[in-house]
Amino acid sequence: MGIRFDGVCVAYGGNTVLDSLDLTVETGEVMALLGPSGSGKTTALRAVAGFVRPTAGRVFLGDRDVTDLPPHRRGIGMVVQQYALFPHLRVEDNVAFGLKARKTPKAEIRERVTEALEMTGMAAYARRHPRELSGGQQQRVAIARALAIRPDVLLLDEPLSALDARLRSDMLAELSRLHRELPDVSILYVTHDQVEALTLADRIAVMDRARLQACGTPRELYRAPANAFTASFVGNANLLPVTVGTDGVAFADTELKVATAEAAPGATATLCVRPHLVGLGEGPNRLTGTVSEIQWRGATHRLYVEVDGHRVMADVPELRTPPAHGDEVTLHFAPEDAVLLTAGIAHD
Amino acid sequence: MLVHSRGTRWALWTLFLVLFIPLFALPLLVVLAASFATHWSSVLPSDLTTAHYSAATRGEALQALTTSLVTAAAASLIALAAGTWAALSAASLPKRVRRVLDALFVLPVAVPSVVVGLAILVAFSQPPILLNGTRWIVIAAHAVLVTAFAYQSVSAAIVRLDPAYEQAAASLGARPSYVLWRVKLPLLLPSLTAAAGLCFALSMGELSATMMLYPPDWTPLPVLIYAATDRGSLFAGSALAVVLMTATLLVLLAVSRIRTKASYR
Repeated sequence: MGIRFDGVCVAYGGNTVLDSLDLTVETGEVMALLGPSGSGKTTALRAVAGFVRPTAGRVFLGDRDVTDLPPHRRGIGMVVQQYALFPHLRVEDNVAFGLKARKTPKAEIRERVTEALEMTGMAAYARRHPRELSGGQQQRVAIARALAIRPDVLLLDEPLSALDARLRSDMLAELSRLHRELPDVSILYVTHDQVEALTLADRIAVMDRARLQACGTPRELYRAPANAFTASFVGNANLLPVTVGTDGVAFADTELKVATAEAAPGATATLCVRPHLVGLGEGPNRLTGTVSEIQWRGATHRLYVEVDGHRVMADVPELRTPPAHGDEVTLHFAPEDAVLLTAGIAHD
Repeated sequence: MLVHSRGTRWALWTLFLVLFIPLFALPLLVVLAASFATHWSSVLPSDLTTAHYSAATRGEALQALTTSLVTAAAASLIALAAGTWAALSAASLPKRVRRVLDALFVLPVAVPSVVVGLAILVAFSQPPILLNGTRWIVIAAHAVLVTAFAYQSVSAAIVRLDPAYEQAAASLGARPSYVLWRVKLPLLLPSLTAAAGLCFALSMGELSATMMLYPPDWTPLPVLIYAATDRGSLFAGSALAVVLMTATLLVLLAVSRIRTKASYR
């Protein structure tokens, strides 16, 4: 069963937190809602769960209009950042909670609790209380609890942000495995972490300032972002203000050869180049500037180079003799690696 | 509070003892000493005896103790049910209405309890609800007086309750009533038992409203203590008071055992 937002608006006392969202999550699809805090992504998720009421628009689960249904009649699995496991119940009773509330026959409850706990690798902890578990274990129980009711839709609200980095990448792999095992469950995954979104999602909806900024597959958004906000939020990006010419663009005094598509000559636009696609040394599309900072990151060096008052980042393979602070260097990038953004201006 | 310096610790202990001994310990110790005395004309009581206790634990006194315990238990259960219900309902009201409700619940405590007693006497002395002359009028008065405390402590706990639990339960398909019984009330249990203990203790010691209302066959222990001291039997009254305190303490200890079992974090 899919999820469909049809012009959903949410406002608190005249303050719009979600502005006419139109978005469809297909059956079995993982859709990441990616954005900074206050972008409206969590509000969108809560509108699906039924905890906020849209001021306008409708929310559909499959063909069913659920806008006016109370949360307990929506049949949705939900996992939140702080887990919200019931502290007075053992792990198995937490997982059984939704089934008991639905008056599922006892034998079936036992079977499904075991199944859900095995699926999340928590079967050995069934008799424990939540307070006796680590953060990662509690998160697994929360997922098992949501899966036990066999929901068609799973809502995950920043499920990994309370975990440390190592555990987070493990859980990310776990979540992809779970999704492979449950191919019909649609997942709406709210996160501010681009790595989680890029790793897990079939499609990413980028949100900012209560609005949907872009929606597409991770590859589409990364390779050809629709606007500057998307470019900077999905992966790192150099965003250069340029003027469109006839067969390229002008960045300050430098002519750069890039595909201009339908951009009108003379218009101002933003050129997006990923740092790892910028090379050091001579090549096509040269940029010359002084090194303002250099960071060693193990396998790579990250160079920050001031070019005509703009900071350009370049991630290059580890250098034997890296340039020093204040050195003049030349950077280059291939014409096909740059994307010209004509809509949207970088925020900051 | 963690105090590391030895000097400060000594100073704090001294301050504590200076305040605690004369204010709390001494009056209670005097009552305790008096309960064993037959004469008290010098610094310490003389002619120690346990006769007052034999009198305080049988016959009229024993019946008064039972009366007090039953009244307190009934009143605190009623107060807990009414106060919790009101606090739960108030939580979903708009802020301004809730403030009015908060004030209304404090009112019986703000006025002298004699006034509450009088009001109840007037209200229930004629049909349709004729309670005057029965035990129910005492229980009703106690319930009215202690509900304020039940309401206060439960609504304070509800404010602290993380709405995430309620929402998680709802998303799992639990109806609001199921959420109330299986999630909210169990999570509130520590506060509910604390409120019950407070209500019980207050009801055990209630005198002024009771004086106006009690029927001859339903005399709570405080009334008996008052009567004893009033006719000059200070030592017998002291023994009754010690019995009252001990009974209340035992019940409170039992309640606090439930509370430690019910606290999860």
